[in-house]
Amino acid sequence: MTAPSMRRALLETRGLEIQFDTRRGIARAVNELDLTLYEGERFGLVGESGSGKTTTLLGLLRLIEEPGRIAAGEILLDGVDLLKLSDEAMRRVRLSRIAMVPQGAMNSLNPVIRIGDQMRLTILEHERDVKRDEADDRIRELLEMVGLLPTVARLYPHELSGGMKQRVCIATAICLGPQLILADEPTSALDVVVQRQIMQTLRSLQERIKATVLLVGHDMGLMAQFVERIGIMYGGKLVEVGTVEEIFRNPRHPYTQLLISSIPSFETRGTFKSIPGAGLSLLNPPGGCLFHPRCPDVMDECATRAPTLVQLQEDSHRAACLLYEEGNHAGTT
Amino acid sequence: MLGVGLLMLGAILLFALIGPVFVDTDMAQPLSAPPRLAPTSAHPFGTDDAGRDLLAVMVAGVPLTLRIGFLAGAVGLGIGVLLGFVSGYVGGKVDTVIRGTVDTLLTVPGLVVLISIASTIREEISVNLMALVVASLAWMWPTRTIRSQVLTLRERAYVHMAKLNGLSTMEIIWKELFPNLLPYLAANLAGAVSWAVLATIGLEALGLGPQNEPTVGMTIYWSITFSALIRGMWWWWSIPIIFLALLFVSLIMIAAGLDELANPKQRKAA
Amino acid sequence: MRVGFIVRRVAVFFVIVWAAASINFFIPRIATDRDPIREKLGQLAATGGLRQEGVEAMVAAYQAKFGLDKPLYVQYLNFLADTARLDLGYSLSNYPTRVGQMIGNALPWTIGLLLVATLIGFSAGTLLGALAAWPRAPALFRSAVFPLMTLSAIPPYLLGLVVLYFLGLQWKLFPLSGGYSAGTLVGFRLDFILDVLHHSVLPALAIVLQSVGFWALGMRGMMVSTVGEDHIKLAQANGLRQTTIFLRYALRNAFLPQYTALGLSLAFVVTGQVIVEVVFAYPGIGTLLFQAIQASDYTVINGVAFITILSIGLVTMVMDFTYPLLDPRIAHQRRD
Repeated sequence: MTAPSMRRALLETRGLEIQFDTRRGIARAVNELDLTLYEGERFGLVGESGSGKTTTLLGLLRLIEEPGRIAAGEILLDGVDLLKLSDEAMRRVRLSRIAMVPQGAMNSLNPVIRIGDQMRLTILEHERDVKRDEADDRIRELLEMVGLLPTVARLYPHELSGGMKQRVCIATAICLGPQLILADEPTSALDVVVQRQIMQTLRSLQERIKATVLLVGHDMGLMAQFVERIGIMYGGKLVEVGTVEEIFRNPRHPYTQLLISSIPSFETRGTFKSIPGAGLSLLNPPGGCLFHPRCPDVMDECATRAPTLVQLQEDSHRAACLLYEEGNHAGTT
Repeated sequence: MLGVGLLMLGAILLFALIGPVFVDTDMAQPLSAPPRLAPTSAHPFGTDDAGRDLLAVMVAGVPLTLRIGFLAGAVGLGIGVLLGFVSGYVGGKVDTVIRGTVDTLLTVPGLVVLISIASTIREEISVNLMALVVASLAWMWPTRTIRSQVLTLRERAYVHMAKLNGLSTMEIIWKELFPNLLPYLAANLAGAVSWAVLATIGLEALGLGPQNEPTVGMTIYWSITFSALIRGMWWWWSIPIIFLALLFVSLIMIAAGLDELANPKQRKAA
Repeated sequence: MRVGFIVRRVAVFFVIVWAAASINFFIPRIATDRDPIREKLGQLAATGGLRQEGVEAMVAAYQAKFGLDKPLYVQYLNFLADTARLDLGYSLSNYPTRVGQMIGNALPWTIGLLLVATLIGFSAGTLLGALAAWPRAPALFRSAVFPLMTLSAIPPYLLGLVVLYFLGLQWKLFPLSGGYSAGTLVGFRLDFILDVLHHSVLPALAIVLQSVGFWALGMRGMMVSTVGEDHIKLAQANGLRQTTIFLRYALRNAFLPQYTALGLSLAFVVTGQVIVEVVFAYPGIGTLLFQAIQASDYTVINGVAFITILSIGLVTMVMDFTYPLLDPRIAHQRRD
């Protein structure tokens, strides 16, 4: 299996800035984001609430609504800047090239239309000329692919369980064969058993249609089992990125280190390390490095100079911390 | 919006309260002035067919209408609160009976019943009796809404806490539920009052109000019956309408404004 | 739909109708400890007049069924039997015209006018309200809601007077009263139909002006909360067109409570706008009721009250049966 970074880059964000105009000022929800996703890989975006991960997803689909806006940057899909497309062109990109699996499937389906009819409607909104029978055949196939009986098409959403509804959302997400699937904590509303089934379904589907998956969440354990690479977000910024092994075995950014050590496990006993300090305010961010007020390894210059992502020893591993910048010694521990 | 509504209502109340100081309300009776006069400086609102000075009529009539409306609305709400509370809090058979009665009664068209009742006791109807008649149908809707509010509140954590702390039912109702229900009740009161005024005007406009009192609604009735419109006596019908329009709009604004206060979560700036 | 549900619902309908008829029977007798119809008949008999023989026949017929010599329950049973046959008696002031006939003549006018006016007001108001809450709709729609809301606070008959004054008297665009021009022959001819339409514009306008604001406000409220729901967001993420999302996701879901409200409004269509009819001397149930009140024609008043409750019961029942068609979740609940 080719290492992810050897494959072609599918999606690239450069300096993406998403801001929200609130009465008390401007909140920078996504902060100079440079993210690269490769073809066919599974990438996990991790962070606490408010770190900007869901906003990033919405930004990729250009679904940011008032009072938010995409203030700057580029989103390149196969080299084409999505931010420069017309509204209609962007609408066509959605689902057909970038698809989304929502967080709470509870209310994500139209309650008054049958499943099959909703899916057919969605397909027809993109491919006008598809005949009804053809569409129905496809829907049947899709339902089977996610492990649902074709009879589900005749049902209404309220007649399905949470897991079934989520599968329907996944089926809809892949119906046009997208290149990129965005999954926003797709299993957080489900119980553990169903969670596992859904993630397995997602994975086998992804491999089958050779799509890239961007999985957003805060469950590190789940991430470890599903994704190949992980990006850690804090305060709208990407603070560390690397393969699953690199992040878990050798976390470099102090925030990542705290995150990893706070995961309970069966083997170790003792007190947990939690992340000290209060949460970050996006309206009044601290100067310099956003994490420095809570950082156990803070240095003097962290308050004045904001770090950028720098390459660490391994090719694929990067961290945004002044500890690893030239002149500082911490890089080789 | 609440502010504008209160301002308007305030202006009307001022007119009603201070008016009698400046205007002789006896002129609201027939034969007080030369009939059929268009507005002049002596009679700024003109006079009607029977010689009533319409400014006096408005000064006398607006408080009457307000009185009926507030009385009926308050009584209606009072009964509604009582029944709604009992029904919602006690539950069980009591709730089923009350709710069933209310739902059935709600299907009956209020106006028709009011007309039936009012037409039967027409001759003896006074202003207060009028209020009572209107109130007799005003209590059903409040009962229903208060009941559902109580049902939601009853399950709140603080009620459970109060029970665990050993408070009696009455204490719970007074100390825990009531204060939280207050903004909702205020909104309901405004709604009940505007409905009551609407019903009152409706009945009066059909001639079913107090026959000898110069209420606003009766004035409209007289103006319709005596074809003020066609005879070009525009002041006879337009002035009561303007007053009523102001009253209704102010009441509806107050009701909507209070409603927003009581349910802040439901309102988003669209 | 379960048979049990249908049977129960129909039974409820009959119970309501029976209760209404009974109230009609008992309240006048209990409230004032006298029978107004008997009194009125007595009055008519005493004052004599042109219709003397008619009155005597009426009194005799009345005595036979509701005479004081009969025990109350017999009177009551006679009353129920008559009502079941829709025999509502004779009009006290227009003997020998039967109440049923008078109502039958007036009913089509009222239903025609109010049905059309309600539907127009509803459609316009609902659409306006929906657009007012849609973020991508032109600002024009949003600003329209406030003035409409102000209008909706004013009772339609008052608006009717204003409209009558300006459009009827001042600018003489429309006739001042009646359902059709006096002296024309009633019939299914084009000129008659146009005449009827011409006469119905003003009263309909009064009703529409008042109701549009009401419907718009309700719909706008529902749309505001619907627009924030998850399925709308996913529909957008799935690349559906704005129009599709507006119509088939947002509107369709927000519409449900509006439909209930429409049902209630239609249910009250029969006596909905008594005073509007009176203002325009429109030959409908409203005017009939008004004249009956003035003449103390209690049989007609009771008859109208009864027909009203009957129609309300009927329409609400139909609404209850059709609502599950719009909202599949309700049908599901009913199955339990």
